[in-house]
Amino acid sequence: MASLIPCPHCGMRPKEEFTIRGAVPDSRPAWGAPIDDPQWFSAVYLRTNPRGRLREHWYHGAGCGRWLIVERDNLSHAVHDVADARARALAGDRT
Amino acid sequence: MRYSVASLIANAFSGNRNWTPAWREPEPKSRYDVVIVGGGGHGLATAYYLAREHGIRNVAIVEKGWLGSGNIGRNTTLIRSNYLLPGNEPFYEWSLKLWEGLEQEFNFNAMVSQRGVLNLYHSDAQRDAFTRRGNAMRMHGVDAELLDREGVRRMLPFFDYDNARFPIMGALLQRRGGTVRHDAVAWGYGRGADEMGVDIIQHCEVTGIRVENGRATGVETSRGFIGCDRLALAAAGNSSVVAAMAGLRLPIESHVLQAFVSEGLKPFIDTVVTFGAGHFYISQSDKGGLVFGGDLDGYNSYAQRGNLATVEHVFEAGLAMIPGLSRVKALRSWGGVMDMSMDGSPIIDKTPIPNLYLNCGWCYGGFKATPASGWCFAHLIARDEPHPVAREMRLDRFARGYLIDENGRGAQANLH
Amino acid sequence: MSSRRLPEGGLIDRSRPIDFTFDGHKLSGFAGDTLASALLANGRRLVGRSFKYHRPRGILTAGSAEPNALVTVGTGGRREPNVRATMAELHEGMVAESQNRWPSLRFDLGAVNQLFSPFLAAGFYYKTFMWPAALWEKLYEPLIRRAAGLGKATYERDPDRFEKRWAHCDLLVIGAGPAGLTAALTAARSGARVVLVDEQSLPGGSLLGERESVDDMAASDWARQVADELDTMPNVRVLPRTTAFGWYDSNLFGALERVQKHRAEIDAALPVERLWRIAARRAVLASGAEERPLVFGGNDRPGIMIAGAMRTYLNRYAVAPGRKVAIFTNGDAAYRTARDLQARGVEVAAVIDSRPAVSGASAATRTIHGGLVTRSFGGQGLKGIEILGNGKYERIGVDALAMSGGYTPIINLACQRGGRPIWNEGLQAFLAPENEGLAMAGSAAGIYGLADCLRDGIGKAQAALGELGIKPARFDPPKTTEEAGTGFKALWHVGESRAKAFVDFQNDVTVSDLGLAVREGYGHIEHAKRYTTTGMATDQGKLSNLNAIGIVAEARGKSPAEIGTTTFRPFYTPVSFGAIVGANREKHFQPVRKSPLHGWAEANGAVFVEAGLWYRSAWFPRNGETHWRQSADREAANVRTNVGVCDVSTLGKIEIFGPDAPEFLNRVYCNGFAKLPVGKARYGLMLREDGFIYDDGTTSRLAEDHYFMTTTTAQAAGVMTHLEFCAQILWPELDVRFASVTDQWAQMAIAGPKSRAVIAELVDRDISNDAFPFLAAADLTVLGTLPARLFGISFSGELAYELAVPARSGKRVADAVMEAGAKHGIMPYGTEALSVLRIEKGHVTHSEINGTVVPDDLGMGRMASQAKDYVGRAMLGREALRAENRMQLVGLRPAGADRLIRAGSHLLERHAPPSTENDQGHITSACYSPALGHHIALALLRRGHARHGEEIRVWDGLRGEEFPVLVCEPAFVDPRNEKLHA
Repeated sequence: MASLIPCPHCGMRPKEEFTIRGAVPDSRPAWGAPIDDPQWFSAVYLRTNPRGRLREHWYHGAGCGRWLIVERDNLSHAVHDVADARARALAGDRT
Repeated sequence: MRYSVASLIANAFSGNRNWTPAWREPEPKSRYDVVIVGGGGHGLATAYYLAREHGIRNVAIVEKGWLGSGNIGRNTTLIRSNYLLPGNEPFYEWSLKLWEGLEQEFNFNAMVSQRGVLNLYHSDAQRDAFTRRGNAMRMHGVDAELLDREGVRRMLPFFDYDNARFPIMGALLQRRGGTVRHDAVAWGYGRGADEMGVDIIQHCEVTGIRVENGRATGVETSRGFIGCDRLALAAAGNSSVVAAMAGLRLPIESHVLQAFVSEGLKPFIDTVVTFGAGHFYISQSDKGGLVFGGDLDGYNSYAQRGNLATVEHVFEAGLAMIPGLSRVKALRSWGGVMDMSMDGSPIIDKTPIPNLYLNCGWCYGGFKATPASGWCFAHLIARDEPHPVAREMRLDRFARGYLIDENGRGAQANLH
Repeated sequence: MSSRRLPEGGLIDRSRPIDFTFDGHKLSGFAGDTLASALLANGRRLVGRSFKYHRPRGILTAGSAEPNALVTVGTGGRREPNVRATMAELHEGMVAESQNRWPSLRFDLGAVNQLFSPFLAAGFYYKTFMWPAALWEKLYEPLIRRAAGLGKATYERDPDRFEKRWAHCDLLVIGAGPAGLTAALTAARSGARVVLVDEQSLPGGSLLGERESVDDMAASDWARQVADELDTMPNVRVLPRTTAFGWYDSNLFGALERVQKHRAEIDAALPVERLWRIAARRAVLASGAEERPLVFGGNDRPGIMIAGAMRTYLNRYAVAPGRKVAIFTNGDAAYRTARDLQARGVEVAAVIDSRPAVSGASAATRTIHGGLVTRSFGGQGLKGIEILGNGKYERIGVDALAMSGGYTPIINLACQRGGRPIWNEGLQAFLAPENEGLAMAGSAAGIYGLADCLRDGIGKAQAALGELGIKPARFDPPKTTEEAGTGFKALWHVGESRAKAFVDFQNDVTVSDLGLAVREGYGHIEHAKRYTTTGMATDQGKLSNLNAIGIVAEARGKSPAEIGTTTFRPFYTPVSFGAIVGANREKHFQPVRKSPLHGWAEANGAVFVEAGLWYRSAWFPRNGETHWRQSADREAANVRTNVGVCDVSTLGKIEIFGPDAPEFLNRVYCNGFAKLPVGKARYGLMLREDGFIYDDGTTSRLAEDHYFMTTTTAQAAGVMTHLEFCAQILWPELDVRFASVTDQWAQMAIAGPKSRAVIAELVDRDISNDAFPFLAAADLTVLGTLPARLFGISFSGELAYELAVPARSGKRVADAVMEAGAKHGIMPYGTEALSVLRIEKGHVTHSEINGTVVPDDLGMGRMASQAKDYVGRAMLGREALRAENRMQLVGLRPAGADRLIRAGSHLLERHAPPSTENDQGHITSACYSPALGHHIALALLRRGHARHGEEIRVWDGLRGEEFPVLVCEPAFVDPRNEKLHA
């Protein structure tokens, strides 16, 4: 997984080209949601942190400059899917 | 059996045949006053202090692997109390004080070696930040010294002062910092706790937490249900998984941190040193291996192993600091799972479930904290209130904003 | 010491003698020798000392698992400790030394430890050295540390080069033994891209030490022929002297090539070692098997050798291991050793076979079935052994003993990614689990016969090619001669032995140590390892681990399957720092970033300072100034009175385009940006999602849909990443795009009351205060035709501009600025003066924006808009971020006589004693102010906004300093901003 990442835009690239932000939050409130919406706190601070499959935000800074959602297994390190995050977000996946 | 020079001699003459086991291998009872999930350093220390300081001896530690198989068995053995913030410094200093008397107390030589910890600085801004930290230590009565370049050179003449990309300007030194033989800490606490009646149940995996009427009543395990009055979680890298069994979601991500040891060398470096222009720290064990490490791999992982890119970064920083390392060979690398909290500091607190207690978020600083973590967690479990030196290590601090963020990196786990 | 070299044979070149030294003695060998074979040929049996008891040790193996024959090779910066003599190819002038002995190898005082061995049993140190506590650091530990370690490392810098490379292939084959060679050849002939690595100098693996024939030629010739064919193929890379040390995710392998370790003269154009990162679609691990030692009393005496290694020394290096040899075995393979010894005229005294009945293997010498070797005799070299056979003890005189304890497939790499080894009862060994992308072949897979290995390599390669959709070429396995059997029956240790029987040779772990560990409750194999240190030496238990597992299993009444193994980890064999670092050393540790104005600053005499990857001009000494303060004071004062020019090109610069750019900026900054007019710049404060300040800078609107953002130098990349995150993930519906242009623009600050006069001479438009006021921004041209951007921005608090021009024209424009400014007294100023000026003005940097401050802490609370949503708004609303007792930005000035104030000092109330509870904050930035004539500072002080005028104390316990200061407004110069509009 983390030696080489199949970037959907650039192909197989070494890990050093990416910046890893961390786990994708389970949910994120809509823009402009009231500040007392508990989802804000949850999105910024709480993580399911499962053992197994999860999704992370990776930024291909030394490549295409795109944010990616890397779906993978954090025990086997197998990568299941790498998708362009904006494309996902436009398709309704806002986390 | 008490260890002493006399016992060593007596046993030597009887062919070392009469040594007794360091701990029992008990079958789990159906219930305990306290069940601790996790037989690593923190869980063992907690049980030890529950028994010793609070007289609570009907305690079980359930451990899915072998005693000490968590991060206590795979760390880089450093102890220090060179923290900046008031939420941390008193706690880590208390831990260092406990280290200082630990071996005589639990009658096990863990080779606590106060050989000094140096943090190198390479810029004015870094010097100022270390000055601030050193002064915070001194404010709390903790030893700290600021060395200039020549002061560092006198201690470590073979570092790169003349050809470095980021010249060494000085260092913050804590002489009372140092190293400890990590496995021996687990064994010492385990043996001590066992002697006081604590059941250490190895190879017993927690598969569920039973919550009835809003209270935790016990744990389902691979060896059956074990009931308890109070349940304490000290599961380090697996904290999120265990807490989820009680329906809790934590401000924690699990990340992998690699560490390394070189081949055995004659004494090469006599203190602990951290590099300031890259992620690297190093010490030398009493066996002669250089023990060193660097930064997280950066991605979420429960795998206890890392990747080559991070290995390269660590070694590059090491050689930048010590040119003579070029022909030194690394023997082994390994990885541990770090419970990275969202502000880089730990949590020792109650949870929304009244008799469920939580100890996690140690990031990569858990080893040095072992005694104080056990001490404070035991206090919390026994008295249902936080120990004064851990009073800021609350679970709700994230929601309320009372963060303990030493480096000001914010809510991104892998930056701490 | 007479020569043990046989008169003929071997894969050595007798026409090329090589001189070398060992512990100062001049010796010689031949090209093709290892240090070990040359030492043996010279009759040297004693080569090293063990770790704990300083037992005399010889050469046990002929390969990379060697635990005993560790030496130091080389001198000066090339001095390398812990070199396995069995892997070090002999070269002219090699300087080798024995280790861990004092005063000499033959007479080593450390050997006295053996007398105390009853007290030094496993884990003894955990039970003593505790009283009194203070003596640990003072007495016990120094003694232990003096005894610790093996070789001595150098402190000198390495004169040689190292490098790293990537390789990509369809099939990586690890090991050029029989299985590896046929696997590589199969894949190569099928057209696949193949990389073949092998740790030896010659291809062939085990074939190099055997007398078998393959395809009617000597096995080593066949191996050479295959390797030669592979070498000529364009789709194949053959890497001898290359050890695959680690298996990482994505089927990435780390391998270490010893490019010049075997050379007397180092070619400076080549690295001495090369790190390969091999990305393999599929891999075949044909790493062979280790032959296990047998564990009996005194099994460590020099002269006792692994049986297969003995054949290698005979056949490959033409060295006789002794004059009279015995063989102790639990299997068939060792009979080959008897046969080969006899073929070379060496007397075989006896074969002692622990098995009662043997499956047809026989030797033309005395064979004792059901026999055991119970101890060895001799001082520093074997003189005889005690045999137990048919119920009787017997002592025979031999000067060499071959031992063969069965085979351990080398599965290390295959278990480095979490797969657990699986016990195979039939093979009495652990095998690798099924792995994706990595197949085991040959004896690494527990297949020991030569013909079977050759066939297995072909099969595994074909299967891998099939998975990749590459049509495998047809390849018939080569013919082989009939070979001896390979069966054996595990014998974990000889229970009848009284003397020390070593399991882990290097760390001196004995059978009784393991027994003690089990008795004391350390019976889990991980506990046993950690308590006794078995398997933790430089060989990582390659020879010893399985015996240790067997012994622990026996002691606990369990099977090895239940005991399991410890974890296999990189590195398979030790890897140098130099190789892993490659060229990224010393000045090249990190890349260097230079501003486009670097050359200009250099020409003006700048002193540079590291700032992240940048080198920034820090000050410009003139007129014999010798201290940076002299220069910085002069430069800062000159900005206040005349005009100065400073390189600010390192600031992050981001072009922002798109119809939604205004809305985007309005969201990422906490202050309003929606209504910023074209032609205007604005200071912006950017928060993180957690509500704390992330970065600050100015953003200018150059057109309706075009903005130019500057960030701090430190956060340039971070802000870019953050903007992309916001645009791509948070608000994908916004039409906005970014380009990082930090490197494309040279940017200079021209600051001071005379700055307008200077700029006016260069630009093509009116820049009077009315036409181009503070916070104006414009595209324009300078020097006639050169496109440029001008901003009315001031960090110093003076009337000032920032001028950006294309990077390649930076020096030209800066020179023109200097020329135009000459009559106004212009001087360049560096980051030191810049820092002084901004502290005088109370402007913040990352010293203040330290990741724990919110806008109000810096007196910018009103910038955080109430009228819109922005990143960080929700979390900024948290209780603690709005609390009254937060640390807030203030200025500090001396309360009495002036004195040096230093950043990092803490603050106390006037009479409060120092304590964590009383800590009132700290000084973030401090300097001498030439404008005020005394020192000043910025600080984060608890409730600071309300404490202006209060006298407090600076406390610097580290330096023993303590003195009063007055709290004041953080702006020391021109607090009403009059100068900006002058």
